[in-house]
Amino acid sequence: MNKLILGRYIPGDSILHRMDPRAKLIASFYYIGIIFLARSWPAYLLLFGFTMALILISKIKLSFFLKGVRPLLWLILFTVLLQIFFTRGGTVYWQWGFLSLTKFGLLNGAYIFMRFVLIIFMSTLLTLTTPPLSLADAIESILKPLKVIHFPVYEVALMLSIALRFVPTLMDETTKIMNAQRARGVDFGEGSLLQQMKSIIPILIPLFVSSFNRADDLATAMEARGYQGGEGRSKYRVLKWQTRDTLAFVAMAVLTVGLVILR
Amino acid sequence: MDENKIIEVAHLKYEYPQASRLALNDLSVSINAGEWVAIIGHNGSGKSTFAKSLNGLLDLQSGSITIDGLPLSIETVWDIRRKIGMVFQNPDNQFVGATVEDDVAFGLENQGIERTEMQRRVQAAVDRVGMTQFMTREPSRLSGGQKQRVALAGIIAQQPEILILDEATSMLDPKGRQEVLETIHTLKQETNMTVLSITHDIDEAASADRIVMLDKGQVIDQGTPAEIFAYGQRLLDLGLDVPYPEKLKAALTKLGVPMPADYLTTERMVDHLWTLHSKM
Repeated sequence: MNKLILGRYIPGDSILHRMDPRAKLIASFYYIGIIFLARSWPAYLLLFGFTMALILISKIKLSFFLKGVRPLLWLILFTVLLQIFFTRGGTVYWQWGFLSLTKFGLLNGAYIFMRFVLIIFMSTLLTLTTPPLSLADAIESILKPLKVIHFPVYEVALMLSIALRFVPTLMDETTKIMNAQRARGVDFGEGSLLQQMKSIIPILIPLFVSSFNRADDLATAMEARGYQGGEGRSKYRVLKWQTRDTLAFVAMAVLTVGLVILR
Repeated sequence: MDENKIIEVAHLKYEYPQASRLALNDLSVSINAGEWVAIIGHNGSGKSTFAKSLNGLLDLQSGSITIDGLPLSIETVWDIRRKIGMVFQNPDNQFVGATVEDDVAFGLENQGIERTEMQRRVQAAVDRVGMTQFMTREPSRLSGGQKQRVALAGIIAQQPEILILDEATSMLDPKGRQEVLETIHTLKQETNMTVLSITHDIDEAASADRIVMLDKGQVIDQGTPAEIFAYGQRLLDLGLDVPYPEKLKAALTKLGVPMPADYLTTERMVDHLWTLHSKM
């Protein structure tokens, strides 16, 4: 589980860490959107320069980002190869049956590769610099307008924050159950696929049952502490929008203009 | 009604679905304001059911509960829950917030308390239980005793009149248990709140003003710890334990050492032993 970089948070004290999570979330999505504007080398150069600058500001080692790319490497290679061999147009360098190596194909492949890397870098940057809890707060705040159409914003936010809070607890419990079952002679990760699937059951069922017990206990404790639903609650955590957050959007706007010119 | 009685319970009955017998069977008890009452009884004697019924977490089949002059009903249940703070057994399962401060603030958020007041109370409550340097910690990085202290801080912040400990120390190690109980003791001295502790821990019961013994959903006896622990063997027959000096007394009596019949605290036992020794 430790190999997974995507979705992990690294505590730090850079400007990016201190930004309002709402600003970060919206800006990241916006950035991923405008990546698709780029269709030329200078545009990609600009995007790469911008991303690298952000990574530098975040004071997080580049190796973390490269590790983030690793699990998706096969998907990237597959898509890139598909693009290279199946796109037609421009000078043909090589042809064999329905496969062809053309100028456009190579160019498209390179673009796709860069898009992938940029998207992964940016989303990794978002999760590395933002604690999951702040992200949940940000999502709640962004979803707030949906209350008009009776979307249960409070409930979704509470669900999200409880889910995030119980992730490590349930991970610990999974390890405990696995060890307890191992001590009773269950082999995990051995034998045929069917056997491996079967050996999951002694983890899954106890985990399921204990989750129900936990949910029951938690609901009782919440009720005892006066939880009556989202209405009429005040909030302890408050997100503060600061100048640096507005600046982030200005930077995004400038970048967009630059991209439109260079595309 | 007596002004002093903060909890009045009369003829409580409760039956869990698919249970063969009543969990609470005509239970009546009253508790005075500012009193520390320990409820003891073996497993299945109805202790936890009783605790949960007090703030309306269970629908009662019959009987009445009056908390601080308010009869428990659908209309009053939320007011009553404000008066009662409950700490449950499992430290993990009652931790709602994502960090210590969030969890302490949870009850205050529910009451719609204004934010600056909330911050002040959260800080005070966290200082109270000695968790100040852990304010922003997640529950997964705290020990059981620390989590239970956070649960206590959440209750302190709400400033209830009654504190119910539903086996709150049963999953803790001796040190954690000691710490939590000490915090509650000083808290009680300062605020004069009513404490109802439901417990298996005999030392916790020994420090109460009054002990109420439950069996088969009924109160079978109540009295001061001295009165209750003098039963000795009868407690053991009921599946309960006796405090350490009582065990020592029983063992010494067996060896023919003369012992007084009434309950001995550790100090009295020491006194008794040295008087006996100087007479020899």
